Amino acid sequence: MRWIWIDRILELEKAKRCVAIKNVSLAEEVLHDHFPAAPGRPRMPVLPNPLIIEGMAQTAGILVGHANDFAEKVILAKVGRATFTAAAWPGYTLRYTADIERMDSAGASTRGTVDRIDPGTGQTVPLATIELLFSHIDQNRSGLAFPDHNFVFTDQFMDLLRQSGFAVK
Amino acid sequence: MAMTQDEVFTKIRTVLVDALGVDDDEVTPGAKLVGDLGAESIDFLDIVFRLEKAFGIKINQGELFPDAIFNDPQFTVEGKLTDAGVAEVRRRLPYIDLSSLDNDRAISEFANVFSVNDLVKFVMTKIA
Repeated sequence: MRWIWIDRILELEKAKRCVAIKNVSLAEEVLHDHFPAAPGRPRMPVLPNPLIIEGMAQTAGILVGHANDFAEKVILAKVGRATFTAAAWPGYTLRYTADIERMDSAGASTRGTVDRIDPGTGQTVPLATIELLFSHIDQNRSGLAFPDHNFVFTDQFMDLLRQSGFAVK
Repeated sequence: MAMTQDEVFTKIRTVLVDALGVDDDEVTPGAKLVGDLGAESIDFLDIVFRLEKAFGIKINQGELFPDAIFNDPQFTVEGKLTDAGVAEVRRRLPYIDLSSLDNDRAISEFANVFSVNDLVKFVMTKIA
């Protein structure tokens, strides 16, 4: 099993941009202990920021993989900079927008923004900006060899694309 | 107007601060990317992308850090550069000071010869 931290792909423009959404739910166990109650403070369930980075990595990773028709194994190599300006509460929708900044045969860098949308009012608040670096690991500098099958873009990712209405080979 | 070496250095310092998470004052001309600034292999891709953006240049894979030489049996034997390997490195990287490599020629040491000043010289040739 693998955690998928985005629910649906809204846009996928080849080698350019991917937009995905995630609905934050109280049913997600990870919110139950994050953050726990403390003396003088009630529980404060919010989606942990590292999982928001993972959601961006999945959004941007699909973008980078799709650029080469998923022939490359695209691995998150580096979180360049991640800045958070709001919290991801349950009952809200997160919108991940990832853009490719640079790309060559060795990998790609992406710039992303996360917005928090209130489904009640439609109000949108900027939540984070996240810069990532991806490696095409079969082209790695050290010459290491990896398994032939693409263990990055599993059926779960392909199902997500298909269910979002995108053609998958 | 062409950029001066100081202007190029200042931009490269910003690139390295962003890519490696180091402080401004750590990025001196003589600082080695790996030994002093803690660069790891994936950081070199990051640095290439950031240099391209900062200076509006295109750096082909292997142009700045020619890994292919080190995986080519023609140029290396038992982890060390052959005469042909040294000649190839000099041909591909004329801007680098390789004097410290002459004694041992170990490939593992090669990453350590790369200094901030070498990056400055490389960029100066690209924007000339």
